[in-house]
Amino acid sequence: MSTVAATHEHHHPTGITRWLFTTNHKDIGTLYLWFAFIMFLLGGAMAMVIRAELFQPGMQIVDPHFFNQMTTMHGLIMVFGAVMPAFVGLANWQIPLMIGAPDMALPRMNNWSFWILPFAGTMLVSTLFMEGGGPAFGWTFYAPLSTTFAPASTDFFIFAVHLLGFSSIMGAINIIATILNMRAPGMTLMKMPLFVWTWLITAFLLIAVMPVLAGAVTMMLTDRNFGTSFFDAAGGGDPVLFQHVFWFFGHPEVYIMILPAFGVVSQIIPTFARKPLFGYASMVYATAAIAFLSFIVWAHHMFTVGMPVAGELYFMYATVMIAVPTAVKVFNWTATMWKGSMTFEAPMLWAIAFVFLFTIGGFTGLMLGVAPADFQYHDTYFVVAHFHYVLVTGAVFAIIAGVYYWLPKWTGNMYHEGLAKWHFWLSAISVNVLFFPMHFVGLAGMPRRIPDYSPMFAEFNMMASLGGFVFGASQLLFLYIIIKTIRGGEKATDEVWEGAEGLEWTVASPAPYHTFETPPQVK
Amino acid sequence: MSQAQGSYYLPEPSHWPIVGSIGLFTLLAGFAGWLHGGSSLWIIVGAIIVIVMMFGWFGKVISESESGQYNAQVDVSFRMGMAWFIFSEVMFFAAFFGALFYVRQWALPWLDGAGNNAMTGELLWPNFQAAWPLMDVPNPEGFDRPKEVVGAWGVPFYNTIILLTSGLTVTWAHWGLKKNNRTQLITGLFLTVALGALFVALQAWEYGHAYTDLNLKLSSGIYGSTFFMLTGFHGLHVTIGAIMLLVMLLRAIKGHFTAKHHFAFEAAAWYWHFVDVVWLGLFIFVYWL
Repeated sequence: MSTVAATHEHHHPTGITRWLFTTNHKDIGTLYLWFAFIMFLLGGAMAMVIRAELFQPGMQIVDPHFFNQMTTMHGLIMVFGAVMPAFVGLANWQIPLMIGAPDMALPRMNNWSFWILPFAGTMLVSTLFMEGGGPAFGWTFYAPLSTTFAPASTDFFIFAVHLLGFSSIMGAINIIATILNMRAPGMTLMKMPLFVWTWLITAFLLIAVMPVLAGAVTMMLTDRNFGTSFFDAAGGGDPVLFQHVFWFFGHPEVYIMILPAFGVVSQIIPTFARKPLFGYASMVYATAAIAFLSFIVWAHHMFTVGMPVAGELYFMYATVMIAVPTAVKVFNWTATMWKGSMTFEAPMLWAIAFVFLFTIGGFTGLMLGVAPADFQYHDTYFVVAHFHYVLVTGAVFAIIAGVYYWLPKWTGNMYHEGLAKWHFWLSAISVNVLFFPMHFVGLAGMPRRIPDYSPMFAEFNMMASLGGFVFGASQLLFLYIIIKTIRGGEKATDEVWEGAEGLEWTVASPAPYHTFETPPQVK
Repeated sequence: MSQAQGSYYLPEPSHWPIVGSIGLFTLLAGFAGWLHGGSSLWIIVGAIIVIVMMFGWFGKVISESESGQYNAQVDVSFRMGMAWFIFSEVMFFAAFFGALFYVRQWALPWLDGAGNNAMTGELLWPNFQAAWPLMDVPNPEGFDRPKEVVGAWGVPFYNTIILLTSGLTVTWAHWGLKKNNRTQLITGLFLTVALGALFVALQAWEYGHAYTDLNLKLSSGIYGSTFFMLTGFHGLHVTIGAIMLLVMLLRAIKGHFTAKHHFAFEAAAWYWHFVDVVWLGLFIFVYWL
């Protein structure tokens, strides 16, 4: 094994090839996080176009076809380009540090998982510049809008989805192998930090459903180009089949985006409440229960499609059951804070906001899960409000919380607490100005994905747009804070946070390029 | 890196992943462009880059493995990686099987007016009658009507026997490897690859038969769609599995693998059993029932 020792010096190359060829989990984590942030700003810019057009009723800024491309690409970029890669970035940085592993289990494949993403992202975004425009059928790309009536660029979109899925599957395989095979001696499964647990379960969901998405877009591809009729009733297929296949992927997908968020918040709240997590085992079981239920509830996205009543009832009951394990989690976070010695540094503020605002999104989800009520809410802004509460104030808030929490470990510098508080309060207030009024216009019947609306929705839409502009601008402050922290600032201690527990706080800040080459002993 | 007991092999930086990304991007963008009148050149360039990448990357892993750099823990990581990769493939096929079941069980009867869909049947295509395999699609315009279904007890049955036998020969080869009987290993692998090639050849013959004699095509409505997509992706996977086993055969001839250390062989064998099981599903639900 002398070759390994001899090549050790080559493990820290510099320049562009360091990033292109790297097999280091910290480098790859950094790449994922920057890619996600760039896509977050790009998808956010598209959201600004949407909110600018919806600032007033009538057609002002963009034509309807371009508006449709913006809603579609905003959704696709945020889901596949921003939220998922950001969580994989956190996983890459943190999981080896948290379980005492020297790196991910399959480091070369780890590099490939990341480096497919910029190519897939380029292919996806390039469709906007093609003849006929990019995908304009909504991020759910229902047939026949995405088959019979879609522009030529849709085939590039299909292959971009294939590549994104390939990257996700390899990333997930790597995470499972790392967690199951690379834990330090003594780190039993039920001693793992909750972030590791939630990612283990998320990775399983990814491997189970990303191939189904690949199947869905493959059927689209052959329907479009090779004469098959999976989604064409004239040939004996069924457009509703597309919705079933898509949502069999799509529902677990939303848990893929929220379970790691649960994990991040479950790390942060105990640290700043200075108490161990309340109900650790029940948190693990609740995560597994949510993951299991996610496979058997998909058609609640399709209540108005014309299912048999038995189907509506089954999917309704199964769906509302998810509230039980989710409530266990919210209860446990609250109980962790109960009588804790709490302080409110930026990560904790974002985590508490997560608990409040994600719960609002959870409750509106419960409302949408009730089939007869859903007939009223379906495809209105109420749905848009619901999933932005769970994805922006849920997933994105947890990612931001995680970045503030671990940034000192990554960079060795403390971020500027005052600026971070500004970032938090600006975001937390504006995000509610942005999304809360959408509940009202949605309940009153404003349809989603339409560039114009009745004048009776004007005030709430103007409010939402103003909130949106402030929320968007606040994230530029986040970018500034991150760059400022990377460049300097008060030096962070190894432990960083007074109440922090776990292996990641036993290594130096910034974390050395190689950590835990000799596994630590966990008691 | 300290070389204490149980330390993990961390590979040095590698250029193969980025080469793979460039290859995949070129291949897929070239394919999408070709669908819309572009040149097929980029498909070929992309495929060549991907193949070069696979030779380079797998070659590197093989040389590291043969020089004994992988300990037992690395071996477990590879095993987990392969097992979960096969699970992802299972789910890919599940999407197509799910489509088949949904269409047979729900979509076609509903088009025919079953359940609460009497008016659907009446208003859309009143003459449509649900059946499986579906020969007469709701709107025959633009679809090729098949003359006959593909029977289960001809070539598909022989193919079932061939694949099941190949599952036995690959296991026999594995026994040979574990007993250090290289002749048995090489003979078993050779038989397995030959049976795989025979399967693919018979499948190709059957496709020709379906297209020319039976007029069963991708464009024959949902029966042709599910038939060709399920059997086609399976045939592709058999081909991939046979190539993997062929590489194992060539490596076995070169003297690779030991009785204790031969995960690449096992991975290929696992994959082979997976395509075998998928075939049984196909035989039952696509050909037979």
